Amino acid sequence: MGEFKVHRVRFFNYVPSGIRCVAYNNQSNRLAVSRTDGTVEVYNLSANYFQEKVGCEDGSVKLFQITPDKIQFERNFDRQKSRILSLSWHPSGTHIAAGSIDYISVFDVKSGSAIHKMIVDRQHMGVSKRKCIVWGVAFLSDGTVISVDSAGKVQFWDSATGTLVKSHLIANADVQSIAVAEQEDSFVVGTAEGTVFHFQLVPVTSNSSEKQWVRTKPFQHHTHDVRTVAHSPTALISGGTDTHLVIRPLMEKVEVKNYDAALRKITFPHRRLISCSKKRQLLLFQFAHHLELWRLGSTVATGKNGDTLPLSKNADHLLHLKTKGPENIICSCISPCGSWIAYSTVSRFFLYRLNYEHDNISLKRVSKMPPFLRCALQILFSEDSTKLFVASNQGALHIVQLSGGSFKHLHAFQPQSGTVEAMCLLAVSSDGNWLAASGTSAGVHVYNVKQLKLHCTVPAYNFPVTAMAIAPNTNNLVIAHSDQQVFEYSIPDKQYTDWSRTVQKQGFHHLWLQRDTPITHISFHPKRPMHILLHDAYMFCIIDKSLPLPNDKTLLYNPFPPTNESDVVRRRTAHAFKISKIYKPLLFMDLLDERTLVAVERPLDDIIAQLPPPIKKKKFGT
Amino acid sequence: MVSDQKPLGSWSVKQGQIITCPAVCNFQTREYIVVHDNKVLRIWNNEDVNLDKVFKATLSAEVYRILSVQGTEPLVLFKEGAVRGLEALLADPQQKIETVISDEEVIKWTKFFIVFRHPVLIFITEKHGNYFAYVQMFNSRILTKYTLLLGQDENSVIESFTASVDRKFISLMSLSSDGCIYETLIPIRPTDPEKNQTLVRSLLLKAVVSGNTRNGVALTALDQDHIAVLGSPQAASKECLSVWNIKFQTLQTSKELPQGTSGQLWYYGENLFMLHGKSLTVIPYKCEVSSLAGALGKLKHGQDPGTHVMPRFVNWETPQGCGLGFQNSEQSRRIEDSEKHIEVEVRKFLALKQTPDFHTVIGDTVTGLLERCKAEPSFYPRNCLVQLIQTHVLSYSLCPDLMEIALIKKDVQLLQLCLQQFPDIPESVTCACLKIFLSIGDDSLQETDVSMESVFDYSNSVHDEKMEEQTEILQNGFSPEEDKCSNCDQELNKKPQDETKESTSCPVVPKRAALLNAILHSAYSETFLLPHLKDIPAQHITLFLKYLYFLYLKCSENATMTLPGINPPTLNQIMDWICLLLDANFTVVVMMPEAKRLLINLYKLVKSQISVYSELNKIEVSFRELQKLNQEKNNRGLYSIEVLELF
Repeated sequence: MGEFKVHRVRFFNYVPSGIRCVAYNNQSNRLAVSRTDGTVEVYNLSANYFQEKVGCEDGSVKLFQITPDKIQFERNFDRQKSRILSLSWHPSGTHIAAGSIDYISVFDVKSGSAIHKMIVDRQHMGVSKRKCIVWGVAFLSDGTVISVDSAGKVQFWDSATGTLVKSHLIANADVQSIAVAEQEDSFVVGTAEGTVFHFQLVPVTSNSSEKQWVRTKPFQHHTHDVRTVAHSPTALISGGTDTHLVIRPLMEKVEVKNYDAALRKITFPHRRLISCSKKRQLLLFQFAHHLELWRLGSTVATGKNGDTLPLSKNADHLLHLKTKGPENIICSCISPCGSWIAYSTVSRFFLYRLNYEHDNISLKRVSKMPPFLRCALQILFSEDSTKLFVASNQGALHIVQLSGGSFKHLHAFQPQSGTVEAMCLLAVSSDGNWLAASGTSAGVHVYNVKQLKLHCTVPAYNFPVTAMAIAPNTNNLVIAHSDQQVFEYSIPDKQYTDWSRTVQKQGFHHLWLQRDTPITHISFHPKRPMHILLHDAYMFCIIDKSLPLPNDKTLLYNPFPPTNESDVVRRRTAHAFKISKIYKPLLFMDLLDERTLVAVERPLDDIIAQLPPPIKKKKFGT
Repeated sequence: MVSDQKPLGSWSVKQGQIITCPAVCNFQTREYIVVHDNKVLRIWNNEDVNLDKVFKATLSAEVYRILSVQGTEPLVLFKEGAVRGLEALLADPQQKIETVISDEEVIKWTKFFIVFRHPVLIFITEKHGNYFAYVQMFNSRILTKYTLLLGQDENSVIESFTASVDRKFISLMSLSSDGCIYETLIPIRPTDPEKNQTLVRSLLLKAVVSGNTRNGVALTALDQDHIAVLGSPQAASKECLSVWNIKFQTLQTSKELPQGTSGQLWYYGENLFMLHGKSLTVIPYKCEVSSLAGALGKLKHGQDPGTHVMPRFVNWETPQGCGLGFQNSEQSRRIEDSEKHIEVEVRKFLALKQTPDFHTVIGDTVTGLLERCKAEPSFYPRNCLVQLIQTHVLSYSLCPDLMEIALIKKDVQLLQLCLQQFPDIPESVTCACLKIFLSIGDDSLQETDVSMESVFDYSNSVHDEKMEEQTEILQNGFSPEEDKCSNCDQELNKKPQDETKESTSCPVVPKRAALLNAILHSAYSETFLLPHLKDIPAQHITLFLKYLYFLYLKCSENATMTLPGINPPTLNQIMDWICLLLDANFTVVVMMPEAKRLLINLYKLVKSQISVYSELNKIEVSFRELQKLNQEKNNRGLYSIEVLELF
């Protein structure tokens, strides 16, 4: 299949931001996740938990009171002596419960006056703590207020009388978050010890109509504070300082015990943060507020499979480019020739020209960006680095001609009439004739760059596109979807290729379909047209279209090299999917030349090492 | 004994004397009592030969009947309606007996029941064709009088009575001269005893005997669903004994008595007694559990009415309280049968595939069984309960009575099972179990069949040498020189042999150890457990502490600090219980001279535990530092070029 030298890169010092807040919407089955750096991500739980959108607002969290058409200050509620840390509306909208320090207030919305002030006990395991912070409140239809606080308590209050009904001490540390199921028969809380507790409303005895809240299941999927929880009809969702988004399906609510019933832990973004200049062997790393440019090292040695080769030259950190202002970087790209770097924030687009003189590198910003290049969702350079393609957040696709140190706006493909969907994935053919663009739901549009017109639209598919690329020579567009299906579409013929039809007829191997991270990058081998290279976070795969497809009975992943005796067997069972799981978690992988690969890994331990220490729990003794 | 057809004893009164009241047996004293000439009471036993020489008491009023059932003293019912206990009467035979019923009122029938361990007497009187029922609650001395209304058929005469009781009512059945059986329900606890209350009777069975029988009709209740009737079914036919099922209104069996009867019929211990011609005829008859299949004849019967066939249908209700009218040995046999029967049914149910409502059915079954256990103290379907607990679907809160009953019965095996299976046993119950486990005698333990899974054979002497060696290694975890308790050390070192002996022999028998291990495994909350632990006697506390200390020493024999065997108590459980027991009972234990040695040992072990833990925490920190160093080493490999070959 092939022997490669692999540049194994582990110096991408990426640390995902902690999750601050999650919100679940039942109608669309989507989950919004906000992080401490101000980014908002939207996950489509129906589409294999794919991260559909990333919004990078101004990096601050604001609180608004929203009416359908305007945001308006309506009424001043009775002044509180201390901060309000949590709020919950009664489902009918008549009352609000507000959690403060040491107490919970219940407001009547009509009059604006506090009708009850419920004092929360400061005592913590018999020791009086200084303050008891009510981190979360939930108002149920029957008037029950559930509060979670820094003393480790979950308490049930009767808002009509303002009295404590029941108290559960569940943690030695703060209970920081609460979310109630829509049916109000179940809720979930998260603690600073990384534990998530499930509470359920269950009958006191069998056949009894009297019900009580019972703590049913504890889950420990986090190492740090669980800052936020959400409750979908079938799953508990939690996130916090350790940056993992955990989706734990409730087994009793899952009807079919298939792969969807498995626990999901989402740590890495479903989009590329890395781009690569093949010609100069450069890697551009995108962080929230800066870019890093690295040059890969080299070796003259050769070796056999698994060998680490001595470096004749180490990797160099060439550039550290900081953004101005507080805005997060949305997307970035380095041109294949290495002479251009472009990136965009929510309100500005930046283009830089790089000059290389021996070991010196100089950077020059291209000024006077046209006003329509304000906020880009995706940036791509053509193979010869003469054209720049920009997908704006307004839905337009801009083509910019680059020559020398200047640029010229060539054309803008406006979004199809009636759609406002912005394109978030771009792919260009190596001959520069074809540009493919995809949004999250509508099909993939293919434009003819020479004639500056829409060539065709690949039929829409139920699941969003996670990665796509156009093969050289054949101009076949390979598209990966979040349900792990891969299609090959011939742009000149405007139809799916025969191979793609065969794959669809036979179906993918069940283990291939059960992978839970999306394919984030597709590339091709310049000398082997039958090969497609693709990867997700945990594997790298070369699909050889000339070999038969594996069926469910064949071994999909075989990491062992062939031995002489079993060669016959192996040849008989050889199939199209060659998988390597050596590099993980794999954030980026690409072919630099026909014998060289670059793999960017981000070991979890390195991320954990950069997080604040978790609450220390004594292992021995008490 | 009826089988050898020969009287075991026979006594006769002098000529001229007339026996006016049937002789009864006083079950408490094994004496016989008879009344002759209405007022003269005679009491004798099997050794007495001449009735004239036996104890004699002459009473001041005429006796109607002496009534005796097992478990209580006989009662004497006088013709004027007054009732006396035999003992009280014998204390002063000439005491004045009051008149309860009116002039010309005559007692026709009486019966004596035990309802909830309280004697209840009922007697029926007649005056000018009107019938009255008197219910005497003997313990509260409440006498309630009821007027029995005969309904439409005012002219009928009641020929015979019988009665059975359930928990609330006496069901009085009467055979009228019209040949029908009527039922009257008389409340056991009167609503208003002062008032004269009336009772209506309802038709139970129609025309069981011919309306114009000359003589000799009688009936007796066999159980709640069956009655036996003596009489001729049609005017012309011969006299007959017939058994009716009143629930389904069917004739179960009948037997012709061609030589005629005298209208006397008794039912004791599954035998019907009657006079047939000049002989006493005994017919064994056992009532089957009433079921529709049986009533319809679908049940497979043997020809012999005496053979008992297990009914195919479980009827949980029918057996309840049915035994009250019977003798106790009989009752226990019936209960045994019923327990066996339930056990078979439960096993059948459990063998079925688990249904969606399996949990609920199991819960309801246990609740049903326990209700019956409470109603009938002798009913205890142990095997059945064991099977149900082993389904793993029960919990304490589903059936709190289960452990309560097991505690009353001191059924340590069942308690052990509950402790192992139930996740939610309250601390008070755990502690009650502990009390029984500590106090139950070794001999009664031998008979039990407790699960020995958690107990390893500690008597294995191979361990002895190893232990000495290991203890020293353990002490390397901290420095023994720092031990401030050097005095006790010296004291202990003086008798090293003693210590070895003490620590290697288990202070309790293996079965008790297994029970105590179940306690150690149970979940608890300290706050709720502590107050209950204070109620345990000090010598039991000491015994338990000795056992815990023994376990601790066994634990420290190996490096992993675990006990051998399947599911043994963990070191944490052992330590927690030692602390709990000392917390609860320290002031008591410290005063006991025999516990002094134990306390010193425990003090030492707690001290060594603290040291071990602090060492462990230190090691943990060191390991974390090592891990950090290791990570940094890995981090140096931030970049490499490797060779990959894909096959």
